[in-house]
Amino acid sequence: MRYLPHTPEEIDAMLAAVGAASLDELFASVPADCRMTRAWDLPAPKTEWELNDHLRALAASMGVNEQTAVLVGAGSYHHHIPETIRVLAGRSEFLTAYTPYQPEMAQGTLQGIFEYQTLTARLLGVDVVNASMYDGASALAEALLMGLRIAKKKRRVAVARAIHPHYRAVVRAYLEPAGFEIVELDTLDSGRTDLGGLGSLDDLAAAALQSPNFFGVIEDLDSAAAAIHQAGALFVACFTEPLAYGLCRNPGSCGADIVCGEGQSFGLPRSFGGPNLGMFGCKEPFTRNMPGRLVGETRDVEGRRGYVLTLATREQHIRREKATSNICSNQGICALTAAMYMASLGGTGIRQLARLNYDRSEYLKNLLIKAGARIVFAGPTFNEFVVEFAADFRPVRERLLAKNIVAGLELGTLYPDMAGRYLFCVTETIDRQTMDTIAAEVGA
Amino acid sequence: MKEIEELKLPDDIRYTDDHEWAKITGDTVLVGVSDYAQDQMGDVVFVELPAIGDTFAKGDEFGTLESVKAVSELYMPMSGEVIAVNTALADSPELINQQPYATWIVEIKPSDPSEYGQLHDAASYLQLLKG
Amino acid sequence: MSATSEPLGTGGLIFNEPLLWHKGRKGRTGMSIPAGDVPAAAIDDALLGEPVDFPDLSEIDVVRHYTRLSQWNFGVDSGMYPLGSCTMKYNPKTNERQAATPAIAAAHPMLADELCQGTLRLLFELQRSLAAITGLDAISLQPAAGAHGELTGMLIFHAWHRHQGAQRRKILIPDTAHGTNPASAALCGYQAVAIKSDDRGMLDPALVAELMDEDTAGIMLTNPNTLGLFEERIREIAAIVHAKGGLVYGDGANMNAVLGVIDAKRCGIDVLHLNLHKTFSTPHGGGGPGAGPVCVTSELEPFLPVPRVVKEGGSFRLDSDRPLSVGRIHAFHGNFGILVRAYSYILTMGEAGLKQASRLAVLNANYIKERLKDVLHLPYDRPCMHECVFSDLNQQAQKITTLDMAKRLIDYGYHPPTIYFPLVVHGALMIEPTETECKDDLDQFIATLRTIVREAEEQPDLLRQAPHRTKVRRLDEVQAARCPCLIGPSAG
Repeated sequence: MRYLPHTPEEIDAMLAAVGAASLDELFASVPADCRMTRAWDLPAPKTEWELNDHLRALAASMGVNEQTAVLVGAGSYHHHIPETIRVLAGRSEFLTAYTPYQPEMAQGTLQGIFEYQTLTARLLGVDVVNASMYDGASALAEALLMGLRIAKKKRRVAVARAIHPHYRAVVRAYLEPAGFEIVELDTLDSGRTDLGGLGSLDDLAAAALQSPNFFGVIEDLDSAAAAIHQAGALFVACFTEPLAYGLCRNPGSCGADIVCGEGQSFGLPRSFGGPNLGMFGCKEPFTRNMPGRLVGETRDVEGRRGYVLTLATREQHIRREKATSNICSNQGICALTAAMYMASLGGTGIRQLARLNYDRSEYLKNLLIKAGARIVFAGPTFNEFVVEFAADFRPVRERLLAKNIVAGLELGTLYPDMAGRYLFCVTETIDRQTMDTIAAEVGA
Repeated sequence: MKEIEELKLPDDIRYTDDHEWAKITGDTVLVGVSDYAQDQMGDVVFVELPAIGDTFAKGDEFGTLESVKAVSELYMPMSGEVIAVNTALADSPELINQQPYATWIVEIKPSDPSEYGQLHDAASYLQLLKG
Repeated sequence: MSATSEPLGTGGLIFNEPLLWHKGRKGRTGMSIPAGDVPAAAIDDALLGEPVDFPDLSEIDVVRHYTRLSQWNFGVDSGMYPLGSCTMKYNPKTNERQAATPAIAAAHPMLADELCQGTLRLLFELQRSLAAITGLDAISLQPAAGAHGELTGMLIFHAWHRHQGAQRRKILIPDTAHGTNPASAALCGYQAVAIKSDDRGMLDPALVAELMDEDTAGIMLTNPNTLGLFEERIREIAAIVHAKGGLVYGDGANMNAVLGVIDAKRCGIDVLHLNLHKTFSTPHGGGGPGAGPVCVTSELEPFLPVPRVVKEGGSFRLDSDRPLSVGRIHAFHGNFGILVRAYSYILTMGEAGLKQASRLAVLNANYIKERLKDVLHLPYDRPCMHECVFSDLNQQAQKITTLDMAKRLIDYGYHPPTIYFPLVVHGALMIEPTETECKDDLDQFIATLRTIVREAEEQPDLLRQAPHRTKVRRLDEVQAARCPCLIGPSAG
């Protein structure tokens, strides 16, 4: 077996050195009543070539493939990924390295993550960004816990209904056992969050909005910041599509205290939802309250620039039960990948790409309106929007699927009051022809 | 790390079991950490201070000292209200290492001045360190 | 002359490489952006943000930058990485190819079940394999890391106790536990009660019995423990906890020692997490991503996170109708790409291969222990499992610490072992070679450590100034913590 290099002679020699007669003897300390006695019934081991065939067959049984035009976002976005990024992120010096606790042999990872922290901080408009959380959902949960920690005695947070339903579910799972209360903020007809109720909420530690929100609508973050701060709470702004900030005002500049969300759009394949990238940042006064690893710049003994993990006393391996979080492993290689993507795109490119997403999305919106559909929310959107069709859309969607197009996500399971409405996403991967085809089928 | 004989132990102040020191200055008390504490901790990188006006009982945690690899809680030698905190520690936490006895951390107005007598004097504290 | 008589570590041409924002020129691009083929749409000026302050780099700028950065790094592919409790085994390249299978890499996580039969099948089969391997009944693949699995476990404890009608406030945790254990318990509102290990480094059931009461939700333990020793009395301990209505959590970080050897359910474990990035060969990525599947007894299956993958007839679907579930802990299905890698590894190794991996991992660790115990102090001189723990006691006379020895190992071309953990051993040096290191490489590692021990006696300054051959040396971590510089300066 090619991953097990020992020859029988070597095993014998080593057993002799150890003073054991057999490999079994090495486990003498394991009592009989703890032992595994059942057969596993695993498939027989596959050669590399059989494994290729096996995964190919699994792939072939999927109803969609890499050539399907999937007009669904909802927290997982199809953006083009340059080959350079696959090659660079796949370099084994990055991929097979451990957490950089020995900085002298990990300057590649450390400078790479420092650059990720910096670029992400500039994108989001915050002062400091950590080295990643698991995904946007857990990042949001941790942001609210951070807000509760900072507020000390307060027990309540507010969460917009227009935040991704899966994210709100994760927030509930994280906050409920400790008994924190979650108040939901409703959605207005514009598709934006109703901030009116905030004033009457006391004991509020933090309030969270997503922008663009789950319906694709860009929230009024300035008003949100004012209302939330007025209520004496911290403003957590989250997102699922960071490309939006290549065009729109970033949450930090609108007054958000903590900004968190999903970075998958930046160079990561959708891959059935993971591994993703929890981006997390905040304004400077809250730095020591942040969860997650941080890379900092310093000098070595000869005065040369270098990087180290720092402010580690916040973390579990030192602070244990008083840590800012239990997080240990993060999404390191995904953060590095996102930095590579941001570096490849550049300041000029990100505006261009964001603009392209916006223009294409608006184009499809207009086509659908002309074909008799209604755009449900009047608020401005980036690359996602909610549509209601004049007639039952399901047969149209089936016909489009036969043309290898997945036209939108039906919302009834996630929002019962929105059954029959569809969330569409248009990125730079959806060409004009596909959109024209969709409109033609709708109009037919 | 220093040997016990090398540690400085001024005899005009008192000490706690947790290696804080207390010094009476008129009707307030200054609080810091002993030479032993700073030597054990290593380079102090951050001091977490309470707010002015906070009140604590004797033995309550009022702040922390952080080094790169460890966190040490600070405990009140006496009950009282915090009337001042040493803001120089924000920029220069290393003062605690350099001058542990000249660098106070908080100044408190004690609610029960007799608690001072319950603390170790220099000789008793030395016994504690040797024990 | 044998092939291993040349030292492993040497010097080499290493490039300086500036930070990204000190490179590039405005107008360069590294991305192929599609042409605009639709009209430019109007946008409200109030929504427009400032241009993002990213540098403009060409493709070559980006490629050289990251190629040079990678050359400053050390991975498992570079050399031996004997980090105790991290299981830095070889990461098979075929697993990368499988995870990149186009239709799988392109799969959107929220499409209808009937469109995702391939990915759902993969989840189902992986769950079934992990159940067989651990001896437990039901698996959730949602947790994105070991600590995430621990949190899920604590949420399950909490939900189960609530279902029993009474909430408990404490969790028992050995003093040798990984820091994530008490941190995860605290996230759930539990108070961690420390159990002192005995002088053999093990848990004493009598002490557990003393501490276990009806306000304690259960115990979190690691087996083999973080000293690399098998907790022989685990069934007894589990019985004590169960008798008072508590649950037993197993931290499976050290599973690489016992694949095919222990049955977690027979040990008395109710909830176990696995670290796929340790035992199941997925790459560490410089810090992550990992995956921390949670395995439970059938009694606790109703509490697992949703959605669950179920098989009905010949097809697979996602089921969210689980009223007792702790809910969701990940936006989608966990770190799916990592799950594909672990799935591929299990299919490649098969039952015999996985079992042999543990046997050889334990052989390798015992071999190192025997061949170094005459020069390095061994606090627990008894058979170890997949890792062995030394201390720097023998080097105290020369005032040489574990850190000094670790840094000197770098010059010789090795990543240091885990240092200063577990905390119960002063100056701990924890070595886990894993099964993918061959005898020749172990012999060279052993010879190197023996050399370093000799250097400690004859030329201690070589160790105190080490490493000498790396791009940077002994970075100032004090300054990094006193005056944190966590992002670069802005261009303007």
